[in-house]
Amino acid sequence: MNWLETVRTSLEAIRSHRLRSGLTMLGILIGIAAVILTVGLGEGAQAQVTSAINSLGTNLLVVSPGSTTSNGVRGGAGSATTLTVEDATALSTPGVAPDIAAVAPTTSRSTSLAAGATTWTTSVVGTTPPWLSVRARTIAEGRFLTNADVTSEAANVVLGSSTADELFGTTNAVGRTVTISSIPFTVVGVLTSSGTSSSAQNQDDQAIVPISTDADRLIGGANRTSVQSIYLQATTENTLSAAYQEANQELLALHHITNTASADFTIASQQSLLDTASSVTKTLTLLLGGVAAISLLVGGIGVMNIMLVSVTERIKEIGLRKAIGASPVVIRRQFMVEASVLGFAGGLLGALLGIVGALILPHLMSTQIAISPSATVIAILTAVVIGLIFGVYPASRAARLAPIDALRSE
Amino acid sequence: MPESTEQTAAQIEVAAGIPEWPTAPIEQAAAPHSAEPVVDIRDVRKVYSTGAVEVEALRGVSLRVDAGEYVAIMGPSGSGKSTLMNIIGCLDLLTSGSYRLAGEDVSHMSEEDLAMVRNRRIGFVFQQFNLLSGLTAWRNVELPLTYAGVRRTERKERAVRLLERVGLGDRIDHRPTELSGGQQSRVALARALVNRPSMVLADEPTGALDSKSTADVLSVFEELNSDGHTIVLITHEADVAAHARRVVRFRDGLIESDSGAAR
Repeated sequence: MNWLETVRTSLEAIRSHRLRSGLTMLGILIGIAAVILTVGLGEGAQAQVTSAINSLGTNLLVVSPGSTTSNGVRGGAGSATTLTVEDATALSTPGVAPDIAAVAPTTSRSTSLAAGATTWTTSVVGTTPPWLSVRARTIAEGRFLTNADVTSEAANVVLGSSTADELFGTTNAVGRTVTISSIPFTVVGVLTSSGTSSSAQNQDDQAIVPISTDADRLIGGANRTSVQSIYLQATTENTLSAAYQEANQELLALHHITNTASADFTIASQQSLLDTASSVTKTLTLLLGGVAAISLLVGGIGVMNIMLVSVTERIKEIGLRKAIGASPVVIRRQFMVEASVLGFAGGLLGALLGIVGALILPHLMSTQIAISPSATVIAILTAVVIGLIFGVYPASRAARLAPIDALRSE
Repeated sequence: MPESTEQTAAQIEVAAGIPEWPTAPIEQAAAPHSAEPVVDIRDVRKVYSTGAVEVEALRGVSLRVDAGEYVAIMGPSGSGKSTLMNIIGCLDLLTSGSYRLAGEDVSHMSEEDLAMVRNRRIGFVFQQFNLLSGLTAWRNVELPLTYAGVRRTERKERAVRLLERVGLGDRIDHRPTELSGGQQSRVALARALVNRPSMVLADEPTGALDSKSTADVLSVFEELNSDGHTIVLITHEADVAAHARRVVRFRDGLIESDSGAAR
């Protein structure tokens, strides 16, 4: 009996028990759909995080102040005011750190902006001209801040595209006046939309002012020169770790710290951010995937259960087929094909359901679900393999039946 | 004895000779492969052991059935006639002795080889007919051919021709549940004949039939026999056995009498 005949016979057997076959497939179907959705969810989250981190800029190192300790209570990283504009200036001094291409000290605060009767609260970022290249941003209209703006503490501001929209609508923002903390600023430029809108921090909703203006005219006080972070851009991807070393040594020296363990700053690379973020999403995917795998296993046991019932129920048929010439190999093959057809059909429908879910769910939740073709193919193959594995035992039982016993059974 | 097994396997391949036979009329039986008898059983014993108890169902039986014979095997239940039928049908292995089926020694064959021998040498008619309820009449009839590896178009052609031969030409697409007992038995007969076996082996073929259907089926058997088919019929009904040309009676695992033994 050739394979085509075997498949035809198996399909007939499956078709003659539609409800039972359908319910068996349902177990596999749910398992496969769950696997596809969880893998998609994991990959979607991963892609989201990666693009958010990459949108920060390329070859980037971020220096953050260390934590503070006051009255025995340790604050979180970044709560100290140990990083200053002077640190940034030192790092950008020619010859100090040859592998660092650009340095951008940055402060950021949420403040209210007013343009005529319109007000809009956004983060006001104080920084220096290299910020534009370090953060890999471009100007849509007008110009970015210049060194002259910084030295003269000019009241000039560059707006993010959404901020400009909020304050001025569709009209041109360049040349208009925005009031920040009752100081009138002139809009000199508007940033190009970054295209990525991570819900946590909208890259297009901010107002950039010279760091000196920010420190002296908006913040004031004793800590005016402290910054929240210093963005460093390495010259190339390969010099990233050299740049890290140079920045680390220079800052330790500047802060008179000999023991690296008590450093009052931390330097994070994009890679380390990515690693942290992806280890979180990986754990999540693994957890969800584990649950999905268990449901797939349960589906497989369902296949075995039904196949065993089927063998018992069709004992006379098996006996007859053996009597008229079906060898044990042929009988085993027929039941294996039946089980794998159930697995395949369940897998195919499950993949379909998973893909439909991956297309619909993102509209209902604020998450991205990636549809991975390779994962889909693997999931369907897994379903077939599960059918085969759980079909082995029932098929061997059928193959081992003695034809006379099988024929006699009532 | 692996050598002889190989040889028999080769013989089966030759005997299968499927491409050659559509030219021969289906109604005719297979020509004897040689002067060899169809069934040649010598001193066969069969012992069943169920736990500690050993039951000797056959206690040294020798039987020879030549091509073209119509033999009825009779005996009360427990006489060993069903055990003999299982052994003749290659459905069960013998404990000791030898069995040559159409010249091939089948007493030590593997299960795989026995399946092939059953497929090509023996046409079974079971008491309950054992038709598959999910398949139409012609699909039931073609079943042995699928295991013999015959192409679909040829299978249908042969199955339909045999159904016409047994008078069911207008029932080829009916399922067994839509057929009467007599019609079912004729479908089972057509299935037994479809692979052009060396012998038709019928186990109580009239057990489930009324007297009219019984007469009907027996007349088909007689017709087949007169066409040259070898028929071995197991029954406990004397009037059924009376139709056979030779009657072998069993009692307590031994042949009690054999009307044709002298031949």
